[in-house]
Amino acid sequence: MKSFLDEVNRRVNGVLLQNCFHCYKCSSGCPMADAMEYNSNQMIRMAQLGQKEKLLKSSAIWLCVSCETCVTRCPNNVDIPRMIDVFREMALEEGYPPAEKGVIAFHESFLNTVKLNGRINEPIMIASYKLKTGSYFQDLVVGLKMLLKGKLSLFSPRTRNRTSVRRIFRRTSRS
Amino acid sequence: MRYSYYPGCSLHSTGKEYGLSVEVVCQALGIELKELFDWSCCGATSAHSTNFKLSVALPARNLVKAEQQGLDVMIPCAACFNRFKSAQYHLAADPDLQKEISETLATPYRGGVAVRSPIDIFHRDFGLENLAARVSRKLEGLKPVSYYGCLWLRPAEVCNFEDPENPVMLDEIVDSLGAESRKWSFKTDCCGGSLTISRTELVENMVGRLMRMAREAGANCIVTACPLCMANLDMRARPEEELPVFYFTELMALAMGLEEAKGWFKLHCIDPRPLLNSLDLL
Repeated sequence: MKSFLDEVNRRVNGVLLQNCFHCYKCSSGCPMADAMEYNSNQMIRMAQLGQKEKLLKSSAIWLCVSCETCVTRCPNNVDIPRMIDVFREMALEEGYPPAEKGVIAFHESFLNTVKLNGRINEPIMIASYKLKTGSYFQDLVVGLKMLLKGKLSLFSPRTRNRTSVRRIFRRTSRS
Repeated sequence: MRYSYYPGCSLHSTGKEYGLSVEVVCQALGIELKELFDWSCCGATSAHSTNFKLSVALPARNLVKAEQQGLDVMIPCAACFNRFKSAQYHLAADPDLQKEISETLATPYRGGVAVRSPIDIFHRDFGLENLAARVSRKLEGLKPVSYYGCLWLRPAEVCNFEDPENPVMLDEIVDSLGAESRKWSFKTDCCGGSLTISRTELVENMVGRLMRMAREAGANCIVTACPLCMANLDMRARPEEELPVFYFTELMALAMGLEEAKGWFKLHCIDPRPLLNSLDLL
């Protein structure tokens, strides 16, 4: 049977995670390190040790901002951002309770808007996010300011051939 | 010079003045832009964070359109640029993926279109000397730090752009406009990206640090080339830490004496007009 580490390596499809020698360069340069319960090299170690559940339940995997600083500085070219994307995909596929509900609600709202319009319409995306999270009063002032400046348009142009965009969503869908 | 043009979603909304300034500057420099026909969203952070194949297929739909238009494509948004480059990288490395994505799109993906940044096009294709020759009002007294953020640069072998630790093209562009760019160590640090909505407090801290460090470097403003960096810097800075933020193309238009420039600054949350007035640049 394939181990968790094998499965992550297969999906990352790059340098094996075993190549990490824990020099800490990734964690030292990580802008999110102090908000995460596990640092980037700790996450690699946990994957090496097969600590799947701890990883997939963590906040850390959702707080990574994909700034790609870690892989840029890694002496062994371990693709940590791709590894974290793999953890996120696995957490969603296997139904782990999301530790960062807001982050996931944002991604869902974003992608649903693209599926619907072919492009992002911010007011629709934000309304969907607020419905999902109940954060109705967050950013009302700045949102209103942007609306008055004409930077949030309710009727922004959509992709005409939305069928072709929906086809992409349908064919890449996991379910 | 002719390019296909992919504005991306932000340039029609929160990054409106970026889109307007890119178009006006290109027109003035004789760079012809042909918008990609019926383009769609690149998928941004949300696609690659949740579904790898979707994150490749969404940019690929647009790359195929660029192939059909037969021109290299200019992308002013760093996030879109990064997603396009990343899709190209994975598609070139994995023939099975290329086949699968072509089936997903119901159109063959062939590749071969270069994805270009306006920074690079103005700096290398148009050239700094030619640009300096178009300056009618030097931006004297403006002391920007150039802020690249993440997505133009990293991962280096995907973006294939500039030195990922110390890029300089933006500095050289603003200097050729007569501004005095300041050196600082934070030009490639992250602004917090899409966490701005779901974890605002983290982004406020990151933006606060950038603003403080820019001030410490002797800057009176920040120059960016990314609508997401702009949105975070411009909307998430605490009032006591604020510095005006410009798109580099706004400064190009201002220095080239293009009238349209004056209308864009009121669109910023941090009003840059007091600074520009104090330097007699408006």
